[in-house]
Amino acid sequence: MATEKYYVPESSPWPLAASVGLFLTAVGGAKFIQQATDPDTFQGSWGMPLFFVGLATLLFIIAIWWRDTIKESVGGLHSNQLGISYRQGMLWFIFSEVMFFGAFFGALFYTRWLIVPWLGGAGSNAMTHELLWPSFQAMWPLVKTPDGTTTQAMGAWGLPAINTAILLVSSITLTIAHHALLEGKRGRLITFQAITVLLGVIFLGLQVEEYIHAYTEMGLRLDAGIYGSLFFMLTGFHGAHVTIGTIFLFVTLLRVIKGHFDEEHNFAWEAGAWYWHFVDVVWLFLFVVVYWL
Amino acid sequence: MSTAAAHDDHHHHAPTGLKRWLFSTNHKDIGTLYLWFSFAMFLAGGLLAMVIRTELLEPGMQFVDPEFFNQMTTVHGLAMVFGAVMPGFVGLANWMIPLMIGAPDMALPRMNNWSFWILPFAFLILLSSVFMSAFGAGNPAAPNFGWTFYAPLSTEYGPASTDLFILSVHMMGISSIMGAINVIVTVFNLRAPGMTLMKMPLFVWTWLITAFLLIAVMPVLAGAVTMMLTDRHFGTSFFNAAGGGDPVLFQHVFWFFGHPEVYIMILPAFGIISAIIPTFARKPLFGYASMVYATASIALLSFVVWAHHMFTVGMPLAGTLFFMYMTMLISVPTGVKVFNWVATMWRGSMTFELPMKWAIAFVILFTCGGLSGLMLAITPVDFQYHDTYFVVAHFHYVLVSGAVFSMFAAAYYWLPKWSGVMPNKLLGELHFWSSLISVNLLFFPMHFVGLAGMPRRYADYALQFADYNFWISIGGFWFGLSQLLFLAVCVLCAMKKGEKAPARSWEGAEGLEWEVPSPAPFHTYDTPPVVK
Repeated sequence: MATEKYYVPESSPWPLAASVGLFLTAVGGAKFIQQATDPDTFQGSWGMPLFFVGLATLLFIIAIWWRDTIKESVGGLHSNQLGISYRQGMLWFIFSEVMFFGAFFGALFYTRWLIVPWLGGAGSNAMTHELLWPSFQAMWPLVKTPDGTTTQAMGAWGLPAINTAILLVSSITLTIAHHALLEGKRGRLITFQAITVLLGVIFLGLQVEEYIHAYTEMGLRLDAGIYGSLFFMLTGFHGAHVTIGTIFLFVTLLRVIKGHFDEEHNFAWEAGAWYWHFVDVVWLFLFVVVYWL
Repeated sequence: MSTAAAHDDHHHHAPTGLKRWLFSTNHKDIGTLYLWFSFAMFLAGGLLAMVIRTELLEPGMQFVDPEFFNQMTTVHGLAMVFGAVMPGFVGLANWMIPLMIGAPDMALPRMNNWSFWILPFAFLILLSSVFMSAFGAGNPAAPNFGWTFYAPLSTEYGPASTDLFILSVHMMGISSIMGAINVIVTVFNLRAPGMTLMKMPLFVWTWLITAFLLIAVMPVLAGAVTMMLTDRHFGTSFFNAAGGGDPVLFQHVFWFFGHPEVYIMILPAFGIISAIIPTFARKPLFGYASMVYATASIALLSFVVWAHHMFTVGMPLAGTLFFMYMTMLISVPTGVKVFNWVATMWRGSMTFELPMKWAIAFVILFTCGGLSGLMLAITPVDFQYHDTYFVVAHFHYVLVSGAVFSMFAAAYYWLPKWSGVMPNKLLGELHFWSSLISVNLLFFPMHFVGLAGMPRRYADYALQFADYNFWISIGGFWFGLSQLLFLAVCVLCAMKKGEKAPARSWEGAEGLEWEVPSPAPFHTYDTPPVVK
């Protein structure tokens, strides 16, 4: 391995172009949110088109950037050492995602164990309780906020339990696909990866169903106090990650069908699999601390 | 070997013109871009500080209204932390880590360029609001809630530009995370044969640990600003007690990021000083292994001290005590470091070239800042110091005469390697002495006015603080102008005006970076060197 040369790509326009895309997405996104949620203060409606132009630019640039990378890989330019770089990079990226979810889980624990009891007068907060909201009662899930907004708690044993089962099964089917990849059994690989993608889509469909139920029948909404905030932000970001993971697995499935990947060269495939297991584990935590306990 | 042959096919020579800089995949060019960007932000953030010091030259309101003053303190802090100090260290990492470990480049060169190019756009968003404010558009046009953007100042009461600020913080976070991943992967995967972990220069070690901190906490910052955004526009109640949340939750999430962030801005400085002092003391670093362990200990402790920024917010006693003791514990590994630097100099054949001057100034002044930090860690007295100029003095001692001085030391030390010429001695000496005297005139009296009760972030002050503030402002202008000397030094080096630098530019310098010619060729270590 020491004799192999490390592949340093030629100069590339994509990083700069992607930065422009990100810039447009950010400016457009901020304006889009302002103009959509507060049209009285923020005149105009140019935020939305700018946001979508930026996002399309960003995704398009990333797509051709990665197409370049795939070409280099298929062309044999990637050494094993570069493969290790990619793998390590992906693992650290997943760690950063874990910490992102950590911020919201931390907010959940802090709210549940400290804020809500304190608002209810626990600890040295008897006067806070007495002076601000004397009729407030500490409880979790917080279905009645200090200012009187009421909502309902999402139970664990309906759709969420089914979704847990779906993700657990998808983890198994993906592992079967992984073994098939390593053993060179392409047919089985394609079948089980396709099943995994399908399970991801079903999971997302059921999440949408659950959100509709929450909004229309339970009064559980993003703006229904801290319980709704935490519920939708945690499950929403998880859902966004499942969406990304499903697309990721779908793309590598297409590449498998095209004949990419083998026992040794399979970074993108394994990265997708790691990502999927990561969203699985996040879901298990969500199921326990958001839905169940 | 087929891969090697394929590589040679399109082996590149240095690209030229604009394309070289815009589309770069070269760690040296990207490092240079980072360093110039950092310096530009240092001057921009410095200009904002000049506005602050002009207003505070005399008591009463003279030049700006308080609303604009708030925007100056806010954007000054943000520009310096996210624009000057962090990118400055990333620039040094880009230039030096591959050279120091014998790697051909950073592990993921295109992503490296992306990390850089996100930053100018993020700061375009942030700084454009200041320009709008200066020309009277919107009131207030720029963020005005302090660099810590506490809720509800940034949620309920934040100006319209807060949403753009949030997105620009997201962009800075993406840039930092990708940059940090690149550093970690380069260090773990691209070391030359024989370069074991415990042979790595300390600058590489400190950056490895810094990169870990970045990946761990930048996403938490992203979480914090995301909660701000949804609280502002989507009716969530994270920081709103009426909905069952708590503004203090913001402080917890922010400082869980913010305290490790403090060490992100100082650990690479420790690495730089650990490279320079042995060179000019002509002795190996005293206690190498203990330096590595001390750095790791500081990094781990940084995750359990965050609430020392919030002693006055009202925490249970047990929490307060825990954070106080953990904070004081940090002085142990930091003390190990200072001891080791001094022990390295002990009985060394010391000479005092420019990098060494800056490094010694760093050791003394950073220790000063560290000691005032120890005072702030003690909860009962922190109740007195909290949000006074004593805090301002403390963190400017560690950040300006600490982090920024270390970057000057690094620049004077490695400019010969980057440019091929020695930095101009006369200008350099003027820059050093001028900065050293002015930085103390600027920040030392802040301790006294702070202890006497002058609160930070106010546009006006009580009459008894007038004399001190006058001299603080004089120190500020003097320090600011002194940096133009550094600009001249850098420009002269970039124009290759000066004494030609040999490969080993300093007599006592050790390490792989001194084995390659000066200036370092466009590509180095295409095939890795063997380290004995």
